[in-house]
Amino acid sequence: MSFFRETSALLKKELLLEWKQKYALYGMLLYSLSMVFVVSMAVQRNLPPQAWNVIFWVILMFVSVNAVAKSFMGERTGQLLYLYNLAGPRAIIVAKIIYNCVLMLGISIVTLVFFLLLSGSGKIVDPLQFGVVVLIGSMAFAANLTLVSAIASKAQNQATLLAVLSFPIMVPEMIVGISASSKAIQGLPWMDSMSEIIFSICFVVIIAAVSVILFPFLWKE
Amino acid sequence: MDYSWKSIARIMLGITILACFSYAIYAGLSAKVPYQNPMNGQTARNFFFHVPLWFGAMLMGYTSVVYSVLYLRKNDLKWDIRAHEAAKLMLLFGLLGLATGIVWSRVTWGADKADTDPQAWWPWDPKQTSALTCVLLYAGYMVLRRSFDDTTQRAKVSGVYNIFAAASIYPLFYVLPKVLGGRHPNTGTDQTALKGLTSSQFSIFWMAVLGVICLSIAILDLMVRYRQTKMALEALEDEV
Repeated sequence: MSFFRETSALLKKELLLEWKQKYALYGMLLYSLSMVFVVSMAVQRNLPPQAWNVIFWVILMFVSVNAVAKSFMGERTGQLLYLYNLAGPRAIIVAKIIYNCVLMLGISIVTLVFFLLLSGSGKIVDPLQFGVVVLIGSMAFAANLTLVSAIASKAQNQATLLAVLSFPIMVPEMIVGISASSKAIQGLPWMDSMSEIIFSICFVVIIAAVSVILFPFLWKE
Repeated sequence: MDYSWKSIARIMLGITILACFSYAIYAGLSAKVPYQNPMNGQTARNFFFHVPLWFGAMLMGYTSVVYSVLYLRKNDLKWDIRAHEAAKLMLLFGLLGLATGIVWSRVTWGADKADTDPQAWWPWDPKQTSALTCVLLYAGYMVLRRSFDDTTQRAKVSGVYNIFAAASIYPLFYVLPKVLGGRHPNTGTDQTALKGLTSSQFSIFWMAVLGVICLSIAILDLMVRYRQTKMALEALEDEV
C-alpha cells in the first residue's frame, strides 16, 4: 500500500517540520491571541450570547485563513519539486489536508479558550455540543482552504487572492456553524442541530474528495 | 449566404428569442395574476421574470463547469474560452436575478414581519445569501484569471478553481435553504407558492424560461466567436 505509506511519511514530515521550526506555530498562536485580544478589548464582557457567538466565528475564520495560507506558499519551488519526485500528488494533498485539519483543531481550541477567558465564560449552556460544532467547522475551514491555497500559490498577489477565492466557499460553513453553535449556546437538544452537524461532515467529505481529484491537475507542469 | 446547420440553428435561435420574449413580456405584464397570496398582489408578475433569469444563470454556471472539466481532460484552449465566457454570463444573469429578487423581497417579505425593517433591501434570506455567494464566487474567478500572464497556466488553475468552487457551492445552493428554512418560496416552510398558478400562467412562465435559455445560448455563442476571432487576429498580427 504505497499510497498510505507515502501519505503517512508526508504527514510525519509536515509535523516534524512544524515541530522543528517552531516560529510558524508560535506565529499562528500569537496571531490568534492578538486577534482575540483586539476584538475582546473592543467588546469587553458585555456581549449578548448570540453576538459573542458570531464574533467568535469571524475570528475563527480569519485565524484559519492565516494558518492554512502558508501550507503551499511556504514551500520553496525546489523543495516542492523534490517532494513531487518522491510522492504522488494524491498522497501530497491528502497529507496536507489531514495536517491542516489537525492544525486547525488545535488552533480553534486555543482560540476558543482565549476568547472564553477574555470575553466572558458561562454563556454556553451545552459546552460539549458547542465544542463539537466548532471542531467540525474548523476542519471544514481547513479542508476548504488547503486546495484554495494551492490554487492561490500559483498566481501573483497571493494574499488577496486567497481571501477573495476562499471567502465565498467558506460562507456555507459559516452559516451552518453559526446556526448550530447558537443552538448549543441556548442549550437546545442535540437533535436540533443534528442536520447542521451532518451537513458539515458531508461538506468536509465532499471538499476532500474534490481536492483529491483536482490537485493532480494543478501539480502537473 | 452560408447554409450550414450552424447558421440555420442561429437564425432559429433568434426567432425563438424574439417570439418568447415578446410573448412573455406582453402576457406577463397583462395576464391575470393569482391573488391567493394577498402579500404578493400584482408583484406576482415578477415570477415570470425573476425565476427564468435564475434558470439562465444556473444553466450558464453548469455549462461553465462542464467546459472546465472538458478543458482539464482535453487540454484544448477553446474549452477554456467557453468556460470563461459562460462564467461571465452566469455573473450577468445572476446579478439580474439578484436585482429582481431584491426588489421583490423588499415589497413582499418586509411587509409581513413586524420585527424586520419593512423597507429592507436585504432581508437575509438563506436563498439570497447563497445567490450572492454564487455571484461572489464567479467574481473571484474573474480576479483569479486576471492574475496570470501565461495562458495555459491561467486556463489550468482557473479551471481547477471553477470545478472546486462549484462542487462546494452548488449542492449548498439547494440544501442550505432547506436546512435553515427561510421565506423564499419552495425552499423552507412555504411549499404552496406555485399551487395557485393556472396552466396559462405556467405557459407564460415556461415561454419566458425558453426565451432566457435561448438568449443565454445565443450570447454565449456570439461571445465565444468574438473571442476566438480576436485571438486569431492577434496571432496574425504577431506573424506580420
